[in-house]
Amino acid sequence: MSQYLLSTYSVEDGVPGAPMTPEDMQVFMQRVIALEAEMEESDTFVFGGALHGVDAATVVRSSDGDAVMTDGPFAESKEHIAGFYIINAADLDEALVWGRKTAEATNHPIEVRPFRGTGKVADQMKGMPEA
Amino acid sequence: MTGSGAATREPPGVERVFREVYGQAVATLVRVFGDIALAEDAVQDAFVVASDRWPTDGIPPNPAGWIVTTARNRAIDVVRRSARGRELHEELGAAAGSSYGSDGDNEDPSVSLEEDGPVSDDQLRLIFTCCHPALRTEHQVALTLRLLGGLSVDEVARSFLVSEAAMAKRLVRAKYKIKAAKIPYRLPADADLPDRLRSVLSVVYLIYNTGADDAGRESLRNDAIRLARALVPLMPDEPEAAGLLALMLLSESRMPARTVDGALVLLRDQDRGKWDRAMIEEGHTIVRACIRRDQPGPFQLQAAIQAVHCNAASFEATDWPQIVDLYDHLFSFMPTPVVALNRAIAVGEVEGPGAALAALVGIAGDLDDYHLLHATRGAMLRRLGQRAEAQAAYERAADLAVTEIDRRFLVSQIAEMTENGTLTEHQAEGSGL
Repeated sequence: MSQYLLSTYSVEDGVPGAPMTPEDMQVFMQRVIALEAEMEESDTFVFGGALHGVDAATVVRSSDGDAVMTDGPFAESKEHIAGFYIINAADLDEALVWGRKTAEATNHPIEVRPFRGTGKVADQMKGMPEA
Repeated sequence: MTGSGAATREPPGVERVFREVYGQAVATLVRVFGDIALAEDAVQDAFVVASDRWPTDGIPPNPAGWIVTTARNRAIDVVRRSARGRELHEELGAAAGSSYGSDGDNEDPSVSLEEDGPVSDDQLRLIFTCCHPALRTEHQVALTLRLLGGLSVDEVARSFLVSEAAMAKRLVRAKYKIKAAKIPYRLPADADLPDRLRSVLSVVYLIYNTGADDAGRESLRNDAIRLARALVPLMPDEPEAAGLLALMLLSESRMPARTVDGALVLLRDQDRGKWDRAMIEEGHTIVRACIRRDQPGPFQLQAAIQAVHCNAASFEATDWPQIVDLYDHLFSFMPTPVVALNRAIAVGEVEGPGAALAALVGIAGDLDDYHLLHATRGAMLRRLGQRAEAQAAYERAADLAVTEIDRRFLVSQIAEMTENGTLTEHQAEGSGL
């Protein structure tokens, strides 16, 4: 079993396709709740969340033992990650099925990206030969 | 395929055998080891051993089996030696041991290869991986040519007019994505098959066309036809697969008449006696079955157009009104300027060159960089007796032509016009094809 990141992006602080009216929001929430229930039942759901806007972000850099902080996001970009799921999937085809379901439920484009490793690095190192 | 391919077959040289067995050997090893790079390296190693031994020992009776067995042993060595491969090796232990007989065999009896033999299940699985919609089209085509067609990286690079280094990079990126994202090696589920097949069919047709641009690339065309033959029974409910096979067979049937002494011969002037009747018969049978089925699609309609051409005893006897109808139908599926251009050429045969030129007006901007647009304009203007305009159009077409054979043909048209002064109406035909 592999893990994949399903992420969606905001463009200039707005999320394309986001619900505009309270009624739309109601329907949107129902679809997302149903999607997450389906993920939960099939043991697909690992973690997920929606992020605050990049105005709430801070970047911390370590420089000679001092922490240097800057207000705002790391990437100088108009697009920033807005929310994500981490899922279990056997292979890309299975992950893409969930990507499609998520895109349909949220009405946002979804980037599907494989994890190279998950969990603690110390755990991943177990079973590897000692260099 | 039928006829000429087998008849002119040369005694198999080591190089030729490598080219023929590469795709099958890699596909088999990918199935066993689940890793394209490992499979390719192991097959390459097996070729090195074979280059050393075959010239003295002779080519074994089942070269593909020999290569697969040697490569498999090589890959197992690599997996054993690599620490990271230990788990893989344990997983493989049982499977590799049981399905491939004992170590004492030096040939794998489950693998055989004839020139036009069936595409193995392993290769079918691999072509769906190579043409996975998560990969961009140019990567799909490059992987399919490299892994299924057995072209060297340099040959694939030349097919797409890019440097070998750029193509190597492209292939590495595509293989990285397959491995990192875990694109599976398997036939798609029934529900996904129509969509997945569509991208496979367009890749196969691109391979055929790459081979059609160069007479020396007959093997590419044969690879494409062989792949299509394997796809048809896999997809009995998808007539487009059969349509693509018919389209390629009917195009291929005319190849022997398409050039004389390396020079292009127009459809109008081709010796129809050289057309391959067996291929035409097979293509016509498929097209008739598609018509009965009545689920038309772009490949079936293009095949039907080719069938009308192949049915005609002469250029003049061609049922051009039917061809125009078929192009109209095709345009409803594929409203592209290239389809409109081909339709205009057929219109020229029904209503005359003036009507063809009028039909070209709307697409001239879109296709300004496409040599066949200007070649068609040149031919139609020439038929109208507008020599200066015709010459200018042919000159532009010759400048834009991608292949040498097209360029030489266009230059010859200009020379004919300047030598002959006046022209008969039917000296030129549209596309040059």
